[in-house]
Amino acid sequence: MNNYLLNPDIFNDDVKQEPIRAGFGRGLRAAGESNDKIVALCADLTESTQVHLFRDAFPDRFIQIGIAEQNLAAVASGLARAGKIPFAVGYAAFHPGRNWEQIKTTIALNDQPVKIVGSHAGVTVGPDGATHQMLEDIALMRVLPNMIVVVPGDSLEAEKATRAIAENGKPSYLRLSREKSPIMSTDNSPFEIGKAYILREGSDVSLMGTGIMTYQLLVAAKILAEQGINAEVVHVPTIKPLDNQTILESVRRTGRVVTAEEAQVAGGFGGAVAELLSTDLPTPLLRIGMLDRYGESGTPHELLEYFGLTGQKMAEKIIEFVHTKSQYHREY
Amino acid sequence: MGEKLSIIQIQRKANALREDIINMLEAAGSGHCAGSLDLADIMATLYFNLMNIDPTNPDWADRDVFFLSNGHTVPVQYAAMAEAGYFDKAELLTLRKLGSRLQGHPERSRLPGLENTSGPLGSGLSQAAGYAYSLQYLDDSKHRFVYCVMGDGELDEGNNWEAAMFAGKYKLSQLVAFIDRNNIQIDGNTEDVMPLGDLVGKWESFGWHVLEIDGHNIQSIIDAVNTAKAITNRPTVIIAHTIPGKGVDFMEYDYRWHGVAPNSEQAKNAMQKLRSLDGKISSGNYNE
Repeated sequence: MNNYLLNPDIFNDDVKQEPIRAGFGRGLRAAGESNDKIVALCADLTESTQVHLFRDAFPDRFIQIGIAEQNLAAVASGLARAGKIPFAVGYAAFHPGRNWEQIKTTIALNDQPVKIVGSHAGVTVGPDGATHQMLEDIALMRVLPNMIVVVPGDSLEAEKATRAIAENGKPSYLRLSREKSPIMSTDNSPFEIGKAYILREGSDVSLMGTGIMTYQLLVAAKILAEQGINAEVVHVPTIKPLDNQTILESVRRTGRVVTAEEAQVAGGFGGAVAELLSTDLPTPLLRIGMLDRYGESGTPHELLEYFGLTGQKMAEKIIEFVHTKSQYHREY
Repeated sequence: MGEKLSIIQIQRKANALREDIINMLEAAGSGHCAGSLDLADIMATLYFNLMNIDPTNPDWADRDVFFLSNGHTVPVQYAAMAEAGYFDKAELLTLRKLGSRLQGHPERSRLPGLENTSGPLGSGLSQAAGYAYSLQYLDDSKHRFVYCVMGDGELDEGNNWEAAMFAGKYKLSQLVAFIDRNNIQIDGNTEDVMPLGDLVGKWESFGWHVLEIDGHNIQSIIDAVNTAKAITNRPTVIIAHTIPGKGVDFMEYDYRWHGVAPNSEQAKNAMQKLRSLDGKISSGNYNE
């Protein structure tokens, strides 16, 4: 059942790290090589979002939009109507932060295969502070009918995810992070839209992560093992459609669930899992993430510590959660 | 390719669209009269003369494309599409009803022949510009044109000006936009709600070729579009001055008809106006 190949160096201090957005940049260029219908649009953030790799390879298929996210979304819609596969790229804080209505009306309701790429999401964007730390994008995007929502766990997976959404024929949201993060997967690790992956088998609690938080959960699981707690770790890179089957099977084995995300848990990944469990398999649930508050300035690592999102900090919380007798667990 | 009508035929067609609109809105019990009526001449000219389209093959690869930005005026587009043969005219009376393909605001995926979904204002020009960009730079398809109809009130939306800047920068010469300059929006006259000021100067400064016409003069509409097609180094916007509610005297110029439908008595009166050329000829059918 667990055939996911983890990076063997994952717990080494010198584990290779790379920003998730770098994988997107490579994936987009590769997708562009195999499909000439792919075009890229960017809102004045071409290098930081890594779209420059595509732009340099295919200058005729790159469209500079300027700082105009509403236009970014709706122009992409028009290009899709003309038969193209547009990747509309910006910072998540503004895209979909500013242009959600255009995404809803001209892309999702209009059912056009535009790929919305929101980079620099989550608190780990760091010193720029709360205005630039997009925490609500998962909630904003997963509530839209027709929309696919993907949050890759590392740069290798981002590369695969980019190529997958390029060819899925659907409106899709790809959430990327700015900061370097450990590469937890390998070139041979699977990625399929709509699939969750069991990275570590366990029997006491299911730890479910999305994006960079899955790595932190693997660290937490190692700490928990030292405390005699056998945690299962499930990586959930697709938040919509959620892999109900894999999630529910894991929960049936363990009877306790933890979710972790670098986003608002309300409406976010934790919200999605809570919705599933409440109807299909009510189970004690601890949701870790941003608890109805904004972020603030700091280094990425300081912020992960401050908001309790490191493996060590989460392990402390999970120990408490596993030992509580209550069926109910409410963080805020 | 659809039929290409003469000016007098287009005028008659525009009047037929107005009758369709009154019938549709009365049956629906809600909807937007003023803009739908005042766009009848432009819509009839586009669908029955200017646009290279095939109503029996809505996704025909060589077609011209039409983007409606102010989606609340879609009854006039539905009427034009039905008159052109995209679907049966009887379906017009399903407007706004449960299960209808004719949604209150246009939804592309429900009705073949629609190019976009709109209603929330200000985004149609961006969609049209995206399509025009594709034709000009990605497809080498110089013979196809992209038309976009916008309201004047919707120019309050900033998204339009992002699109204007984009189309200007890329000199999207296959893009032809109409502004329905009827001077009204929901809360009143445009210049009271939020002054649009010098529209000609504004669009020119964004890099557009600007034309101003009487939006009820078929010949002017044809001439303006032919001029736009001849200009190959920038997009063209046609500011079409129109009379809101055009054709139904008690609706004309009155912003309160922006977003309401006629009741049966009003619809009967409206139909009488339309069928008597505003009282200039007698109409036995409607004289009781």
